[in-house]
Amino acid sequence: MARTMKAAIPDRSADAEVDVSMTVNGEAVSRSVSVRMLLSDFLRHELRLTGTHVGCEHGVCGCCTVLLNGRAGRSCLTLAVQANGYDIRTIESVASADGTLHPVQQAFKECHGLQCGYCTPGMVMNIVARFEEPGKLDLTDEGIRDLLSGNLCRCTGYLNIIAAVRRAAELLGRA
Amino acid sequence: MKPSLFGYQAPASIEEAISILAGDPDAVVLAGGQTLLPAMNFRAANPSTLVDIQHVADLRGIEVGTEIIIVKAMTRHREFELDAAVARVNPLVAEVMQHVAHVPIRNRGTVVGSLCHADPSAEMPMLLVLLGGSVIAQGPSGRREIAAEDFFQSFLTTARERDEIITEARFPVLPKGAGWAFDEVTRRHGDYAIAGVGCVLSLDDRGRASRVQLAACGIADTPVRLKEAENILTGTTLGASDLDAAVAASGAAVTQPDEIHVSHTYRRRALGTLIRRIVTMAAQRATQMETA
Repeated sequence: MARTMKAAIPDRSADAEVDVSMTVNGEAVSRSVSVRMLLSDFLRHELRLTGTHVGCEHGVCGCCTVLLNGRAGRSCLTLAVQANGYDIRTIESVASADGTLHPVQQAFKECHGLQCGYCTPGMVMNIVARFEEPGKLDLTDEGIRDLLSGNLCRCTGYLNIIAAVRRAAELLGRA
Repeated sequence: MKPSLFGYQAPASIEEAISILAGDPDAVVLAGGQTLLPAMNFRAANPSTLVDIQHVADLRGIEVGTEIIIVKAMTRHREFELDAAVARVNPLVAEVMQHVAHVPIRNRGTVVGSLCHADPSAEMPMLLVLLGGSVIAQGPSGRREIAAEDFFQSFLTTARERDEIITEARFPVLPKGAGWAFDEVTRRHGDYAIAGVGCVLSLDDRGRASRVQLAACGIADTPVRLKEAENILTGTTLGASDLDAAVAASGAAVTQPDEIHVSHTYRRRALGTLIRRIVTMAAQRATQMETA
């Protein structure tokens, strides 16, 4: 097909833009973004919070898990505009400002619960969310596997991650 | 991947949402997005406009009545799963919900969204069919109630008109003293079911089944009530030969063809194993309810 190459390249994206405001790690942020921007890309590209990893972009791997109004959810299956007005927490908020690790992170370190580390932010956010819920934790192998079932790890074989969840429960006085 | 271009509307009322749908044949309702957004990221779904209904106050919440539990369109799976009032009148809900994906997905995905998606291997459509529930569809010409068995028409196809919103689902409570159970066979926990079976049954004072409801997901192009098996089991003591007869009568309900991981024969055998397991478990619970 003959197509002229002279057509002007548009200087603007055809995407409709929308104003979004939310609280991210305790800070109010406002941006004008494409309506099709995923929350994961909003965090990484607009806010430069690259601790939230992107694996599969269809909700299977769990790498992009963040807390939406205190509950774990997939940032790749949420549009930034859907999160308008939400309170978002990412892995960057988990360790203390002085660099002291959160007990869940400390437990991953002690138990060698990570190798390449790609899945770790999503794992940690999912586990932190469960630990923040009231009630007794199910720390049987089966219970911990259920907790981790929405997060894929291709390095560890999971055994050290299961140990890390138990260790985190000890560190947090929840064992 | 990223979704293709679309418009976005966030109406504040049901009427406003319906008028957007009525004016744009390719507009799609966005609730929790846990199925729609992956489909859009794959570009398998390309809606012209997303109608985000999360800000419609009338579409939130759960109302537990004496006979019916009303689940509004924006109710997340996890809310339905953890609701103490729901658990009191229908403990089957929480048992089924353990099998729906994973907690982070259940935190965002909605019950009604799952019903409207109508995946025949999903658990929520089966639960509505098993219980004999219904949905309320609201469109430009008003509201109508659609029974579960009429709502699910085929694979990913429901009786909802494209300018209608399913505003709520109506799940009946369990009869007093009834036993219940659900289980499924999957390759990995949280996956869609290869086969899943749910049961609600009541026993009379001689230990005979006075009422049996049995349904399956994963075996056909819609969730299925196993009516022949229900009729065979009703009036029996649910012994081994009764279960054999019920299983034999249910094989023909499996219409899914061979798939790469699952042969038709395997699915039939999984269904049979589940029917035996689930009916027995429901009967045990009904007995416990009587003695409690």
